[in-house]
Amino acid sequence: MVWLASIIIIAPLLGFLIAILWGKRMGEPKAAIAPVAALGVSFGAAIALFAGTLLGYGGDFSYTWFRVGDFALQVGFLLDRFAGVMALVVATVSFMIHIYSTGYMAGDKLYGRYFAYLNLFSAAMLGLVLANNFLQAFIFWELVGLTSYLLIGFWFEKPEAANAGMKAFITTRLGDVGLLVGIILIFTLTGTFHFGTIFGLIEYGALAPAMVTAIAILIFAGAVGKSAQIPLHVWLPDAMEGPTPVSALIHAATMVAAGVYLVARSFPIFVAAAGASEVVAYVGATTALMAATIAVVQIDIKRVLAYSTISQLGYMMLALGCGSQAAGIFHLYTHAFFKALLFLGAGAVIHACHTNDMREMGGLGRRMKWTAATFILAALALAGVPPFSGFFSKDEILVAVVDHGGWYLAFAAFFTVFLTAFYMFRAIFITFGGKAGEKAERAREAPWNMLGPMVFLCVFAVVAGWIGIPGVTKGFAWLAGFDVHGEHYGINVGAAGASLALAAGGIGLAWALYRLKVYPVEKIYRTFRPVAVVLERKYFFDDVYGFLFVKGTVFFARLWGLFDNYVIDGAVNGTARLTVLLSKFKGWFDLAVVDGAVNFTGWITQAFGKTFRRVQTGYVQEYLIVLVCGVIAILVAVLVIL
Amino acid sequence: MAFPILTATVFTPVVGMLVVLLLPERWVTGIRAVGVAFTAVTLGFSAWALAVFDPSITGAMQFEELHRWIPSVNIFYHLGVDGLSMPLLILTTLLSLLAAIASFSIKERVKEYYALYLLLVAGMLGVFVSLDLFLFYVFWEVMLVPMYFLIGMWGGERREYAAIKFFLYTLLGSVIMLLGILALYFTAQPHTFDMLELMRQQGTFLRTFQIVVFLAFFVGFAIKVPVFPFHTWLPDAHVEAPTAISVLLAGVLLKMGGYGLLRVSFPILPQGAHWFAWPLAILGVINIVYGSLVAMAQKDLKKLIAYSSVAHMGFVLLGAAAMTPTGLNGAVMQMVCHGIITGALFLLVGVLYDRAHVREIDAFSGLAVRVPVYFGIMSFTMFASLGLPGLAGFVPEFLSLAGAFPVFPVLVIISGVGIVITAAYFLWTIRRMFLGKLMPRWENLPDINFRELVTVVPLMVLMVLIGVYPSIIIKLMNPALTELSRFMTALK
Repeated sequence: MVWLASIIIIAPLLGFLIAILWGKRMGEPKAAIAPVAALGVSFGAAIALFAGTLLGYGGDFSYTWFRVGDFALQVGFLLDRFAGVMALVVATVSFMIHIYSTGYMAGDKLYGRYFAYLNLFSAAMLGLVLANNFLQAFIFWELVGLTSYLLIGFWFEKPEAANAGMKAFITTRLGDVGLLVGIILIFTLTGTFHFGTIFGLIEYGALAPAMVTAIAILIFAGAVGKSAQIPLHVWLPDAMEGPTPVSALIHAATMVAAGVYLVARSFPIFVAAAGASEVVAYVGATTALMAATIAVVQIDIKRVLAYSTISQLGYMMLALGCGSQAAGIFHLYTHAFFKALLFLGAGAVIHACHTNDMREMGGLGRRMKWTAATFILAALALAGVPPFSGFFSKDEILVAVVDHGGWYLAFAAFFTVFLTAFYMFRAIFITFGGKAGEKAERAREAPWNMLGPMVFLCVFAVVAGWIGIPGVTKGFAWLAGFDVHGEHYGINVGAAGASLALAAGGIGLAWALYRLKVYPVEKIYRTFRPVAVVLERKYFFDDVYGFLFVKGTVFFARLWGLFDNYVIDGAVNGTARLTVLLSKFKGWFDLAVVDGAVNFTGWITQAFGKTFRRVQTGYVQEYLIVLVCGVIAILVAVLVIL
Repeated sequence: MAFPILTATVFTPVVGMLVVLLLPERWVTGIRAVGVAFTAVTLGFSAWALAVFDPSITGAMQFEELHRWIPSVNIFYHLGVDGLSMPLLILTTLLSLLAAIASFSIKERVKEYYALYLLLVAGMLGVFVSLDLFLFYVFWEVMLVPMYFLIGMWGGERREYAAIKFFLYTLLGSVIMLLGILALYFTAQPHTFDMLELMRQQGTFLRTFQIVVFLAFFVGFAIKVPVFPFHTWLPDAHVEAPTAISVLLAGVLLKMGGYGLLRVSFPILPQGAHWFAWPLAILGVINIVYGSLVAMAQKDLKKLIAYSSVAHMGFVLLGAAAMTPTGLNGAVMQMVCHGIITGALFLLVGVLYDRAHVREIDAFSGLAVRVPVYFGIMSFTMFASLGLPGLAGFVPEFLSLAGAFPVFPVLVIISGVGIVITAAYFLWTIRRMFLGKLMPRWENLPDINFRELVTVVPLMVLMVLIGVYPSIIIKLMNPALTELSRFMTALK
């Protein structure tokens, strides 16, 4: 099993090395051979690994990485069913998207480099889900962040793409610092990074409750950044500047779900942490609701899907916060397939029309039958219509929310169902229905290497949920090996009925407004102008952040830069100048006073000399006269005094 | 007697200097070859020492050489290395060789340049292997003079200002340090400059005495690190110094402060060190946060990297102040890794400056299209510098923070701000210089050439190696630093 896990990670790493070093020389399409083959190997190994974990061959394997002090830092694999499912999902979607990319990226001047980055991402993402400790998970966590940065800004000559990459990396790093502090806190308290040991200690009650809550919140901070939850969600919509297959793989199916994965992996911590789960639930619910409302007004097809992704990630968090690990990860798993497929469909459309603007498309249903069909199936899955995959996972989430209680959480969960169905079918009717738009007239169906993966993923988007048909299959919790303490597994007829009705309502409203056009949408816009503005400006998050954090930080930095230049360095130069001045003064003092005194003494002496030289005539007679005069003077003086 | 391998390492560059002086001035190729050859031999000697070095020996020096020098005042020629100095010795010899190759871009007065360069190398190496404070001080000053001339003669426009500033500032520090050395000498019974002997006597030094002497040494070391607010000589020196000298300045000279702290101040003045632990950690965090913020404000690429050095050295202070095994390992490893990464960054800035003759970040745009290889290497190195896991910058930063957390939890959290800002200014720099539309002005900018690759690629390989398998460095120093940590904690 360990060698399987190693192959899963090493194959794409090798693919990366080959493509980055020789990709340019090999040119198109040769440069893609090694990377695609590498993912094929990973895919095969992931299937084997998944089967192995199901059959009970998994385990927890640790190896010493290095020692500090008397402590050995370890790396290793945790190969349980959860890891098996995650690896399988990541490898499957990634393999499909590699194949799709050979068509989508055809003709790009950085063809080889693209596949290199995609391979590096896959290696890092697979390394993340197979890690058995927090430190290793963090390392791969950061590496997926790097590849996300590189791929968002892949078309770096476009300023928007270059900015978006930078924004993604810095925003997620804010959360990552929280995660890093959390990991260090764990290490300080427990002396280990190892998942199993830490969870054991926490379940045993070895840590103070306040510390457990702090750890949970810090881990969640990392997840908020990576999984684009409020308030760090702002990077994900901009990330759509990257090539569409990248959006499908990284910014929909896998990497953005890493935060959900991490919270689910650390579930014992959240279970033990008082209050932390509530935070997760409320952040998730708010994210789900808010992003869904923004998706309603988007006109860029990828942005609709991006906000949908944020919303669905919020959904997953909501499930985890409500105490259902299984529901959250079940939705992660079904979402990976249908959302990747939706993006690939959007990619096919964009590839055909050379625009992202849905208003310029239209009528594509007839020209791109396969794309339209798979896209609609995926949308039905997302909307939660049975028997497609999303229905089952969404139902489990709704059950978990209802069981957990809280009117706000329930409202957000159910209303989002309605919004989701509405915005997806709004997009479908605008894009595929109606008359052909100006850019849609020459659109042609995508080539086989793009359609193939789409059809493949479509099969999963339809059937992946069937593992969780109560009474028929064993349920996702069984598949991923989760403990279901008292969580009941079964259809809640009320929740399922309500969500179905809401989804139908959403689809129906979209049909009425965008297909039948019973009432002009523009009028609605005009009537609810303030609401529309708030939604179009994305609740002003970007504006506020742009002012507060971006401009604020730069301003602050410049301020300190000036401080450094004028105050600190000024003090240094000032000291130097003062010293020079002082020495000049001393120079003057030396010359004028000290040396002056010396010269004065000399001058005085000279003056004396000059004056009294006259006395020294050299004639004995004169000396005698002076002598006699002197004696007389003394005698006179003595007599006078006496 | 065993072969005096440390003497050979330190004095090979001196022999090289004499050879350079004998060569005719016009024979530039020969002078360069001699410079490279002698630094290569130096690297060879240190590599030999590394191969023989046994990291598991603690509490004793290896390759020790002890000879009487000035017996009347008890001054010895005493050399030796342990797990603390060995990694820094290797770092110095490696960077010296690479910087000697990078010095080919020096076109004027090549003979004088290489002579001074080799003297500088000898001085730096001497500091890391001296075990006698007098000898230590001699090497410390020997290093200063060639540095002054190298900046002052081959530097940029304001070279004289920068050189004098560097010289006076460092001299101020070392004079105060000399007072500390003399205080130790006269207090010890019998009078001695020997570090090992002084360590044995540390129990006899009064606490107040230790604090005062610690502060005297600290001024000398703080200026070298440099610690806020003594750091402003660094950006000026870096901006004006020629590329190779910047490499050694950032890669090696800045390490002397941290090294001195751990070699001299901590073990000889443990009470002073404990008394100063909090201020040291706070200064470390100021370095991290303030350094990153000021780096962000810089317009000159070289200045930006200089300030990033200030920030990175903060992790050294923070890890050292904690005195935990993890923190000390983080601190020393940060010195080595910063040397490798920032050395590479300065080499790369030099590559661009040699072609463009400007360093203003805003003078560039969209270079990635024109110089893809250079862009790739520069981004790689910047990511290493901002602490991306998998490259050399991450592990030391992590160890410093993890080691400091049990002692200074709040300070560690504050330094998290610096980590975000570091990412921000490096990515912003990449964004402004390399991404976006290419400026027409740089349409003919040539990419990095073979000789330049020779200087940078070994450092990149090291970044990956250390990042993936940190043991190659940590196993050298861990026993010695664990011992130091134990010694310090026992005396708390």
